[in-house]
Amino acid sequence: MPENLTAPLVVAFPFTRSLGPVQSAFLTGLRERTVLGVRTRDGRVLVPPVEYDPVTAEEIRDLVEVGTTGTVTTWAWNPAPRHRQPLRTPFAWALVRLDGADTALLHALDAPHARAVRTGMRVRIRWAAHREGAITDIACFEPYDGTATATAGATPHGGAFADPVTTLTTPARLDYTYAPGRAQTRYLHALAGRRILGERCPSCRRVCVPPRGACPTCGVATAEHVEVGPRGTVTTFCVVNIKAKGLDIDVPYVYAHIALDGADLALHARIGGIPYDEVRMGMRVEPVWTDDSRHPDHYRPAPEPDAAYDTYKELL
Amino acid sequence: MSSEPVAVVGIGQTHHAAARRDVSLAGLVREAAARALEDAALDWSDIEAVVIGKAPDFFEGVMMPELYLADALGAAGKPVLRVHTAGSVGGSTALVAANLVAARVHTTVLTLAFEKQSESNAMWALSLPVPFQQPLLAGAGGFFAPHIRAYIRRTGAPEGIGTLVAHKDRRNALKNPYAHLHEHGLTLEKVRSSPMLWDPVRYSETCPSSDGACAMVLTGRAGAARAPHPPAWLHGGAMRSEPTLFAGKDFVSPRAGRDCAADVYRQAGITDPRREIDVAEMYVPFSWYEPMWLENLGFAAEGEGWKLTESGATALDGDLPVNPSGGVLSTNPIGASGMLRFAEAALQVRGRAGEHQVPGARRALGHAYGGGAQFFSMWLVGAAPPTT
Amino acid sequence: MTPRDVAVVAFARSGHHEPADGLSEAEMLLPVLHDALDQAGLAPGEADFTCSGSSDYLAGRPFSFTLALDGVGAWPPIAESHVEMDGAWALYEAWVKILTGQAGTALVYAHGKPSSGDLRDVLTRQLDPYYLAPLWPDPACLAALQTRALLDAGLIDEAALLTDEAAPVPSADGHPSGTPHAPGARAATDGAAAVVLAAGATARRMCTRPAWIRGIDHRIESHALGLRDLTDSPSTRLAAERAGAFDAPVDTAELHTADAAQEAVLRRALRLDGTVTVNPSGGTPATDPVMAAGLIRLGEAAARIHRGASDRALAHATSGPCLQQNLVAVLEGEPAGHPGAEPEGART
Repeated sequence: MPENLTAPLVVAFPFTRSLGPVQSAFLTGLRERTVLGVRTRDGRVLVPPVEYDPVTAEEIRDLVEVGTTGTVTTWAWNPAPRHRQPLRTPFAWALVRLDGADTALLHALDAPHARAVRTGMRVRIRWAAHREGAITDIACFEPYDGTATATAGATPHGGAFADPVTTLTTPARLDYTYAPGRAQTRYLHALAGRRILGERCPSCRRVCVPPRGACPTCGVATAEHVEVGPRGTVTTFCVVNIKAKGLDIDVPYVYAHIALDGADLALHARIGGIPYDEVRMGMRVEPVWTDDSRHPDHYRPAPEPDAAYDTYKELL
Repeated sequence: MSSEPVAVVGIGQTHHAAARRDVSLAGLVREAAARALEDAALDWSDIEAVVIGKAPDFFEGVMMPELYLADALGAAGKPVLRVHTAGSVGGSTALVAANLVAARVHTTVLTLAFEKQSESNAMWALSLPVPFQQPLLAGAGGFFAPHIRAYIRRTGAPEGIGTLVAHKDRRNALKNPYAHLHEHGLTLEKVRSSPMLWDPVRYSETCPSSDGACAMVLTGRAGAARAPHPPAWLHGGAMRSEPTLFAGKDFVSPRAGRDCAADVYRQAGITDPRREIDVAEMYVPFSWYEPMWLENLGFAAEGEGWKLTESGATALDGDLPVNPSGGVLSTNPIGASGMLRFAEAALQVRGRAGEHQVPGARRALGHAYGGGAQFFSMWLVGAAPPTT
Repeated sequence: MTPRDVAVVAFARSGHHEPADGLSEAEMLLPVLHDALDQAGLAPGEADFTCSGSSDYLAGRPFSFTLALDGVGAWPPIAESHVEMDGAWALYEAWVKILTGQAGTALVYAHGKPSSGDLRDVLTRQLDPYYLAPLWPDPACLAALQTRALLDAGLIDEAALLTDEAAPVPSADGHPSGTPHAPGARAATDGAAAVVLAAGATARRMCTRPAWIRGIDHRIESHALGLRDLTDSPSTRLAAERAGAFDAPVDTAELHTADAAQEAVLRRALRLDGTVTVNPSGGTPATDPVMAAGLIRLGEAAARIHRGASDRALAHATSGPCLQQNLVAVLEGEPAGHPGAEPEGART
């Protein structure tokens, strides 16, 4: 059994989030060191504010300003902060009910050690030096022994600010390790030796390429390895005229389905060595291997006549 | 024991656009849900359960976003289910919701599907690189174009058929105020001369990428009796799946699609879909899929679908209008696209489709598919309640 | 109307796979599916309905569930659905499908390969994308907030946490063990699980002692942690009520929890006293494969009934931060000596 292949897989995108009116007001407010909440019809003040009442589902737009000091309602010590969390040194995660609010906001609480944190302790917002209209405009909370800020209650607020923030860009990157599985590993190792391996189903006897370790139609494990190709027949194709981002292939090029000799379904590959507008269904092709790719770089016309439609029409 | 008849009493959708920058994710789903509730003259408290569908979570970068959306959908204290069956998901979601009513688990259910593709980029989210696989393509067009070529080869269809469909659907969309694309000056010639992206698929023959949501309120006999507007009744619904790639797969006319349609017709007592169905909303993301699905769904004999399109039968004033709403070619929030087909079919038999109403529509088919043409969901709705 | 009787007739789960096993999801799933299908005497593709649960975010790939379909034998095409949820909810969807009369048997499966990514990062993506996700609070931190709330309320004590294998590890500053803080999340393992459901006489034919689903219900709560009482689980209580859990005592409960504190919350919400055997499967739900862990609780409860070790069991599954969404099922075996041979259709 050859070594199982794995490879890093990064899923990263700077998501752009449109905020809607309430979240826009709240996040713009943070930029201006002002904390807004919403008042529900029954008088509760929700901070952070939401657009719809979590109990009645009513739309709520009644903005109020609350204090920047508050009380810890529960907390958890975080001895080993992870790199994208708010603080680099150990801190407490805390739910903080700001003065004037009826609900609590989650954020980091900067404290020297866990013994310095308790439920009920008073804290205040430490603002980030650079603020842009995001929850991270609050750098964290910090212990506070003074009195409540001026806005001890919740006071009405129009929610209007100059140059409001309407979208939020939230880059998110996740790192994965991709494992293609045993069947694919075997297939990929064989490719390194420039052989194309399929698997024959013990039940229907058909040969699947690339192999998956299971026959997709019979739902049984496949273990009999069969070398297929190298030549095959173009069953169908399209001519690609738009260059895809991050794809280093000059357009136009032909993307084809190729039924390799001995295989019972077509795999997908690029056709080269022939002008794109001369590629035909039924054309016989063979792989062209290069040193810099595990897969055949492309397939080129093989020196033999085209296959008759009837010989591959079942593979379309 | 017979199951409860299922009625669609409320339908809502958002205005669809390339980017709905004016709303949050919550605001987007609420816009559709609020319209559906208003149509049904119901309140949030009348809803017993919520069934949400959408395509991959990478589109918005929120894992299982129904957890976060529970508050906006008035779901606290209620059951929430989240369905994901690729492109067919909008249809599957509606069917899962319908089963809750049919099984008498709940009497009134809100079902909703959405996609806010502008939060990321559809091309990116659909084509995340896979290690060890050769990058050959990006986006869905290149994946489906070879199958379209196979269809043309198999049937001898003339090359202009795709153009006719794109022109028809985009013209229909002008009558649908919610549609994403409203191309007022579009002519056949403009479609014909648009750039060839993935030969044989032209730019104007491909679907857009949209932000949008669709919602429906489903209920049983008693709920239907109380509804202020005529309901659409479910006469048949089914899902079918087959593997992605396998020996013997017919990409042009997948068996899962044929079997799914046959199951729906059997439930609805339909023996001649061409004559007995008045209008169809089919999932046609690339224009050539209209003739392909006409055959797959039994509206035309094998090899004859393009003739039906060419004859004008599928136009809004034809005898089998297909996609009077403008279809996926005019509006495509992927996760919601299937539910929009189901909802538009229901609007037709309720007589509430507005300017794109097919006069006298009594029975309509809603159709969705996804993955590598492998996941299918369909429903047949009627103006009259089912007799059995 | 008499509801149709539906039972769990087979359950299979994989051992805990190591990432080094190098299996694809389909390869991981295949033997588990065959085990469950063999128990029920079904061939691949033969169940009337198939439903699965999994997550693209966990796999790092869109449409990841499509690959698993290769192990199912979906040919001729099958009636099939998928939830982007724990497999427990796939079981719920299948149960509803059988109730409608459209299916008599169903295959339910779930799979997860949390080793593919870092769960502490991945699960932050399921939080409010505007206010929470940008802070990257990992699930262990959130669970610890709940533990602190319980300690403050006097509903658990630190001594109880000390005996809990799942309790947080001591912190670097020598803070007492058992005090809630965010530990490094214990690694969940890779794996898969499968269950076969069947109705009425079919269930009796497939299984000598079917685990009848007497009730099943699930409820969600607000997503906002600052709005919820973290010491309680009203959604669990409501689901249990609707599932009939309080109509008669249960002898067994399989609970899907992250730690001892969550178990304390659930014990209270479910009114479980000392007479109830909790998690006898020896399961450590926190390390079960994500997306399959809830289905495994249902399966383990059913298997205990199959073996005659339980007569009435409660099974619970959860999803979301701090028990946001909960499912409760009540399963029963028939008393010994039950004829179990009612005429076909008598109860369906």
